[in-house]
Amino acid sequence: MTALGESFPLTRLSVLAAARSRDGAERSRALEILFSSYWKPVYKYIRLKFSQSPQDAQDLTQGFFAELLERQLLSRFDPAKSRLRTYLRLCADSFALNELKAASRKKRGGEFAHLALDVSAAEDELRAQAIDPASIPSPESLEDFFEKEWIRSLFSSAVEELRRVCEAREKQKVFQLFEAYDLADDESISYGELAARFSLPLTEVNNQLAWARRQFRLIALARLRALCESEEEFAREAKTLFGVSMQ
Amino acid sequence: MTFLSDKALERLRSSEAADFSGTRYKLREFIARGGMGVVYAAEDAKLSRRVALKVLDTQDANGELTSRLTREARILAQLEHPGIVPVHDVGVLPGGRVFYSMKFVEGLRLDRYIAQVESQPQRLRLFLRVCDAVAFAHARGVLHRDLKPTNIMVGSFGEVLVMDWGLAKILGKDSLSGGETLVTSGQLANRESDSTQCTAITGHGTVMGTPGYMSPEQARGETEQIDGRSDIFSLGALLKFIAIGGTQRKSSALPRPLLAICAKATAESPSERYSQVSELAADVSLYLDGLPVSAYAENFFERFRRFYKRHEVAILLIAAYLVMRALALLSFHR
Repeated sequence: MTALGESFPLTRLSVLAAARSRDGAERSRALEILFSSYWKPVYKYIRLKFSQSPQDAQDLTQGFFAELLERQLLSRFDPAKSRLRTYLRLCADSFALNELKAASRKKRGGEFAHLALDVSAAEDELRAQAIDPASIPSPESLEDFFEKEWIRSLFSSAVEELRRVCEAREKQKVFQLFEAYDLADDESISYGELAARFSLPLTEVNNQLAWARRQFRLIALARLRALCESEEEFAREAKTLFGVSMQ
Repeated sequence: MTFLSDKALERLRSSEAADFSGTRYKLREFIARGGMGVVYAAEDAKLSRRVALKVLDTQDANGELTSRLTREARILAQLEHPGIVPVHDVGVLPGGRVFYSMKFVEGLRLDRYIAQVESQPQRLRLFLRVCDAVAFAHARGVLHRDLKPTNIMVGSFGEVLVMDWGLAKILGKDSLSGGETLVTSGQLANRESDSTQCTAITGHGTVMGTPGYMSPEQARGETEQIDGRSDIFSLGALLKFIAIGGTQRKSSALPRPLLAICAKATAESPSERYSQVSELAADVSLYLDGLPVSAYAENFFERFRRFYKRHEVAILLIAAYLVMRALALLSFHR
């Protein structure tokens, strides 16, 4: 787990607790983590639900996170009543509606204006998913969409971190195996084919993939833990995410 | 940043997904993760039925875990009993990971199920069925060593199944205390070597089990001291859990004979516990029938109260008859 701490705060404080902290550095770091975990789901959600252009969706996303900070919306979040992502989605909904109604939206972003949104990557992802806003039939589908995008965002950053861990430990081949089997769209590929392609014994393919998956899971769970307010919430979220009990 | 497709996302969510290509099994869903393996729901394409697959999913440099999982499957295969989940098949996946398939049990884990059962006698009857399965395994020379509510399933038709025999130990002849008959002709696999005990952690052996349900000798890692009475300790802890209907309530509310049964089963010293599962089950049955139990010496009042409770209707009828008779006699003399 050592490598995880380099890019992710594995303190006892959850991101939410840190976001409410009086320590400015701690607070700004927590907000950056929250932003990096949620900006893509929020951006895509606004793009689809409100049929906004990439530029407008970007402004609204940055504006939403600024609002979150300015109005201290996180302090009103009650984990007993809802999940954080549901709360954030509803806040984003209400923010975007108000902004669009007022029709006086100005470019804003506050503390988040300096954080570049890789909008073109988010747009590529939407294209790759071939999502037509008109094809989303109901608000429930948009909720599911937001949920899935949140998981995608969490997992994508965990995969990137796994890549860095593998590079740091000179296990690039392990990551390549993981990429070829677990991240590929081709479901027909077998361990035997991987063994031949990477010139490895079959058992080595098995062991290396098991290691990579375990590391991936540790990283993803560490990120998830930081985004949860309590152990109970973490246990619930881990169950939703991986179907496992964190007892 | 890597874009993850929906397929990749699903695969990562069940990130231990094994390679089932070329086998008769089609992966359906991830169920749970255990100490050394993952359990999946799968479809047996040949027989068109749902099965549960336990697949080894840890690095296994020296093949020790592979033999452990194979051994677990063989132990289960020997234990043909309605209270023990049956094994269908054991094999190796294309990736070299060993697996075994077993009956897919639809139902609830005991820890979740028990809260739904209001009646204590009904809960205790569930416990007796767990005892049946464990007594059967003991008679076959197998100790479970990890009996706890989460390792017991109650199926949708009320069937009770003892699961997860991953820590099971096969005893040598006569190792069970109290002279339980061992059926040794079964030729259980790897009888001589219990690979789960190989690593010395405590100086005696590996500590395996679950705190709260693990016997003191097991917690100390004294593997050579572990016999059937170690499982009886776990059953005693399980009995308390079942009797109070879950962990939320207090055991002090239990009737004294039942508390005494729990206390005897969970005694610190193995010699003070029941020597056989059948004795423990017999005491619980006696309690259910309103009869005196071996673990508790009643005083006169308790005996009277139990007698009254058991024969309440008859006693009240006789009393009513005597009162009426007395009244009739009185009126006759007037």
